Amino acid sequence: MGSGGFTGAVSPEPIDRPLAPSVAWTDPAVSGGELVPVRRQPPVPDDDGLRRGDVDGWGRSERMRAVARRLYDPIYRRWFRAEWEGLEHIPAEGGALLVGNHGGAIPSDAPVVMHGIETELGRPVYGMADNLFRLVPVVGTLWSRTGGVPAHPDNAYRLLHDEQQLALVFPEGTKGTGKLARDRYQLRRFGRGGFVEIAMRAGVPIVPLAVIGNEEAMPIVYKASRLARLINVPYFPVTANQFVFGPLLGLVMPLPSKFRIRVLPPVYFDAAPNQERYNRSQVMDQAERIRTHIQEALYEMLRNRRSVWFG
Amino acid sequence: MRILVTGLGSFWGSKVAQRLESEPGVELVVGVDTQEPVVPLEHTEYVRADSSFSILERIVRATKVDTILHTHLIVDSTKDSERALHEINVIGTMNLLAAAGAAGSTIRKVVLKSATLEYGSSYDDPYFFRETMHRSHGPKTRVERSLLEAASVVGDFAEDNPHVTVTKLDFANVLGDHVSSPLARMLRLPVVPEVFGFDPRLQFVHEDDVIGALAFATLRDVPGVFNVAGDGTMPWSEVCAIVGKRRVPMPPVLTSLAAEPLRLLRLVELPPEVLALLRYGRGVDTTAFAQAGYQYGYTTAGTVDAFARGLRLQTTVGQPEYRYERDVENFFRHSPAVVRDGE
Repeated sequence: MGSGGFTGAVSPEPIDRPLAPSVAWTDPAVSGGELVPVRRQPPVPDDDGLRRGDVDGWGRSERMRAVARRLYDPIYRRWFRAEWEGLEHIPAEGGALLVGNHGGAIPSDAPVVMHGIETELGRPVYGMADNLFRLVPVVGTLWSRTGGVPAHPDNAYRLLHDEQQLALVFPEGTKGTGKLARDRYQLRRFGRGGFVEIAMRAGVPIVPLAVIGNEEAMPIVYKASRLARLINVPYFPVTANQFVFGPLLGLVMPLPSKFRIRVLPPVYFDAAPNQERYNRSQVMDQAERIRTHIQEALYEMLRNRRSVWFG
Repeated sequence: MRILVTGLGSFWGSKVAQRLESEPGVELVVGVDTQEPVVPLEHTEYVRADSSFSILERIVRATKVDTILHTHLIVDSTKDSERALHEINVIGTMNLLAAAGAAGSTIRKVVLKSATLEYGSSYDDPYFFRETMHRSHGPKTRVERSLLEAASVVGDFAEDNPHVTVTKLDFANVLGDHVSSPLARMLRLPVVPEVFGFDPRLQFVHEDDVIGALAFATLRDVPGVFNVAGDGTMPWSEVCAIVGKRRVPMPPVLTSLAAEPLRLLRLVELPPEVLALLRYGRGVDTTAFAQAGYQYGYTTAGTVDAFARGLRLQTTVGQPEYRYERDVENFFRHSPAVVRDGE
């Protein structure tokens, strides 16, 4: 909209403004001075009993999520045998931004983390991911119903600040999932530090997560970059899984690597929330610090790992 | 308060004029349009004028109106040609605001009815647009382009005329017993089209809230741009379930080609902006207008429910129609034979 800035245009942060006094329909000041009986107040909007489904404003359905959890539970427990350390660092209430390392051609870290936190802590987790998902019929809808949200800064802000939810992001994005097997657990650039800025603006802590097992669940041995460009996807991988499970099943089926997730102590920021802008160098410093924390935790966890498959 | 309403021949113009003329502070309501009012009006004066509003300056000067309520922005691209859209939305708004900003003009308030269609609908949109946000990509259709152009004309006018209170209300998709919006028309079909594999989040506003919000902005001072939509969003599948209609999928590729036979058979016309909406949906933030003091009558779910109940009644008893009788209306307004209150 080209007209956002005109006289008395709405402030960008309407949330903190005090509520305007509620007004009767016929305000004496407007209607010329004489007092008239106030007209019937509009009915108070109430959705009770009107809804047929349970899809929330983010497209997530708790019922669909429960079905997904039931289906995913054997994969989580028996296939990946996921184990957590430091779950107590995830706040039991209030918003927090979970930040993890990303790996594997089709990354299993997101569903494992979401499933783990939801089953262990009973809190919903919204997984922020590339909006390219939304372009794909059926997949996009299922992804959205099971807790996927496009990684738009305003979506993250609303989830964290307005709704005080847990949101999960992988700042490496497709640079993390698209790396070759020989680069596994070498963290890529953490975007432009946008995730730190969002957490500062929303006034919530960042909880860093170090995940191992995700890279070996679907390692990339070769990338067909020209084909990827042709069909307009970030990368087109040939995975080790395709040699094990065949070219088609190998596209979606992960290897049974042992998953370990370590939750690092939350990072709180010394910055006022709801600012228009934040100091660039402070944001970049914090982003780099969190990245280093996760990288060091990964190295330590890998030092202690005796076997890729048995941990 | 002396009010000029554009688009008096449309449902919105007529209904809001009907609401305003019963307000105690309102001395005069004048309406202009090419068509006659569609609801009975007590004392609103109707002037037939073309939609480019070339005679508006004369009307403003003659009637000394202080408020313009511009309901005549076309949002539904299926009703007019592309050329007419541009003429009405852009040129019409320009002429209207030129008249309002002329030297010695008595205009102190301008209220416009636009649509959240301005934000478009795309896969990389945020889930809730705030008034300060912009659409993700440039406009692809004529109707979106014309609305954005009109919005920028309005923005310039507001900047150049700080003594005029300018309010632009962007309404979400409207449902109600009387409106003929593209989505309402789809929901009145025996089976409802959807795009296979997509179930977009949609947000609705009830027609009563549209009229209520326009009247609210006219009677009070709330400068700025506001989204007006019922609270909450709802997937298209659930909307169809509440209305009680079965969905028929259209292919996700070459969807506009698949929609063509529906148009040729005169079943329903699905222009590109509606097809995009059926894919990616749209949500807007509504806190600003609520904080400005407007109390909504309906949430999104409430709107869909009210629409479903209205539809059930309509399929049973049909809808009454009103025809404007010029001579009768003139008789009641101007004949010395009629005894009027307060004279």
